[in-house]
Amino acid sequence: MKILVCITNVPDTTAKISFTDNDTKFNKAGVQYIIGPYDDYALARAVELKEKLGGTITVLNVGEAESDPQIRKALAIGADDAIRVNCDPQDSYFTAAQIAAIAKDGSYDLILMGRESIDFNSGVVHSLVGEMLGIPSFSPVMKLDIEGSTAKFAREIEGGKENLEAPLPLVLGCQEPIAEWKIPNMRGIMTARTKPLKVVEPVAVDELATLDKYTLPAPKGACKMIPADQAETLISLLKTEAKVL
Amino acid sequence: MSILIFVELDNGSIKKTSLEAVAYGAEIAKVKGTTATVLAIGNAEASELASAGAYGASKVLHANASELATENAMAYASVLAAAVQQEGAEVVILPKSGLCDSMGARAAAKLGASIVSGVTELPDLTDGFKVKRSIYTGKAFATVAVKGAIKILGIKKNAIEAIAGSGSAEVVGFSPALGGGDFVAKVISQEKASGELSLTEADIVVSGGRGMKGPEHWQPLLDLAQSLGAATGCSKPVSDLDWRPHHEHIGQTGIKVAPNLYIACGISGAIQHLAGVNSSKVIVAINKDPEAPFFKAADYGIVGDVFDILPRLTKAVKESK
Ligand SMILES: Cc1cc2nc3c(=O)[nH]c(=O)nc-3n(C[C@H](O)[C@H](O)[C@H](O)COP(=O)(O)OP(=O)(O)OC[C@H]3O[C@@H](n4cnc5c(N)ncnc54)[C@H](O)[C@@H]3O)c2cc1C
Ligand SMILES: Nc1ncnc2c1ncn2[C@@H]1O[C@H](COP(=O)(O)O)[C@@H](O)[C@H]1O
Repeated sequence: MKILVCITNVPDTTAKISFTDNDTKFNKAGVQYIIGPYDDYALARAVELKEKLGGTITVLNVGEAESDPQIRKALAIGADDAIRVNCDPQDSYFTAAQIAAIAKDGSYDLILMGRESIDFNSGVVHSLVGEMLGIPSFSPVMKLDIEGSTAKFAREIEGGKENLEAPLPLVLGCQEPIAEWKIPNMRGIMTARTKPLKVVEPVAVDELATLDKYTLPAPKGACKMIPADQAETLISLLKTEAKVL
Repeated sequence: MSILIFVELDNGSIKKTSLEAVAYGAEIAKVKGTTATVLAIGNAEASELASAGAYGASKVLHANASELATENAMAYASVLAAAVQQEGAEVVILPKSGLCDSMGARAAAKLGASIVSGVTELPDLTDGFKVKRSIYTGKAFATVAVKGAIKILGIKKNAIEAIAGSGSAEVVGFSPALGGGDFVAKVISQEKASGELSLTEADIVVSGGRGMKGPEHWQPLLDLAQSLGAATGCSKPVSDLDWRPHHEHIGQTGIKVAPNLYIACGISGAIQHLAGVNSSKVIVAINKDPEAPFFKAADYGIVGDVFDILPRLTKAVKESK
């Protein structure tokens, strides 16, 4: 079983977002980075599957050297080796083309990703990669087991879930409760230092969308407090003032 | 060239967010001096599909092969790509949803098209084709220059106000060849709550957190939701504890909602929860702790016990009808 897990290097979920260079660059000052939370679920399930079925896990990131600590963390959690495609991707199509270039020899039985990145929030890279490789893709997957060359999995649909079966290879976008996030142990951290991290240059792909500028949402006005003993007035305010009822 | 819009069906009716997509596509068609065509996949009456005309579509392509009866993003992507080619569409609009992101992306890879998902406003066409999209889970926006010859956009709820006019669209059958590769997955079973309001479509969402104390105490929240015609949601710990089903979990790692009104009951307002609700128009927080962070993100707040406040709000809603 060969599993490829694609991880993003993203600001911590509590990070304050701001921009520099005339609102064209993300302000990294003081920001803590993490493995994308959904990618972390994908990695956790990959580690469990490897424990059960044997095989190897490769982690892949399309990003610059600042991703390396998160890649090392993924190695400490249980991946065997890593590839980083050295660039700063701005467009989902470009990112997907880089991942597809790595996986196009068809050696991976399973390509696991997060349901979405928490910086771009596109939810499209897995489907792009699936189509580029000519293999099926599904998202968001909340349960996954492998039996022989068949994946048995559950996907969230509106208002519920759907149980599916499909032959490998597959690309899956993962979300909880597929597995519990794993914390690296001391041994993992030690061995991660010596596991191979290969840095490759990107293949040439046109960027089909480019960043013009960033903006922040307008600041929220003050909250209007309604005394608890007059809670009922909320309903009339929502009608007449906010006009949402 | 033309504009193509995909609409999602729910029991044979066009979803509200899809009507917004039609209005959005029609607006671009107007500026570009071209026509807006709709693609609908699955069972629906022609009269229902023709109603897309009221939002500016001139034609509806209806793909209704029996293989397409269940949602299959890969097959739907093939149908979408075929429709783009038949119509010579240069701009493709989809409402943002799990299905649409997946099918839009697969169609983009087939067509070598740009794909930009999470668009929040009409495009700026004065200098190229620029769209504003939501990033960092609602904490910021990026304006993006879309460069592909074919541009596929996933638009968020409330990107445009859909106002019905009077037109009616011509409905024509659409039967592209369907390929085996799109049907390799076997659907074993579906577990779906029936008759539930869709969280992502709902105009009002009433949501509960750990302050609701336990699943057996949810009735006052459900009563308020019912009186308002609202969908119900919850915080992550609530679904982790199995107090409520997983598909109700809202936030950074759950569903993102953008209703006109979001009422948070006994939810502290952690930044990861707010990330799923920050596109709501009006937010109400009810919490017994005056220091709860939710009050900083809310428009209206009540400091009080949910078990006292909720029944009184329900009563007030009923009396105001
Ligand atoms: C990577 C990551 C991702 C996450 N993703 C999400 C996510 O997607 N969604 C999400 O919700 N969380 C998410 N979380 C968890 C988040 O940080 C919070 O822990 C969670 O939102 C808290 O849920 P809560 O407000 O229901 O519970 P609590 O924090 O326990 O708050 C309960 C609130 O209820 C109030 N209360 C108690 N009793 C009453 C009463 N009788 N009447 C009125 N008020 C009362 C309390 O004052 C308190 O404010 C994530 C965390 C991480 C680290
Ligand atoms: N730069 C990247 N490097 C590696 N994987 C990525 C990258 N961007 C996105 N992905 C993967 O694709 C998933 C969906 O991302 P997105 O389409 O951006 O929401 C993520 O959860 C990752 O698993």
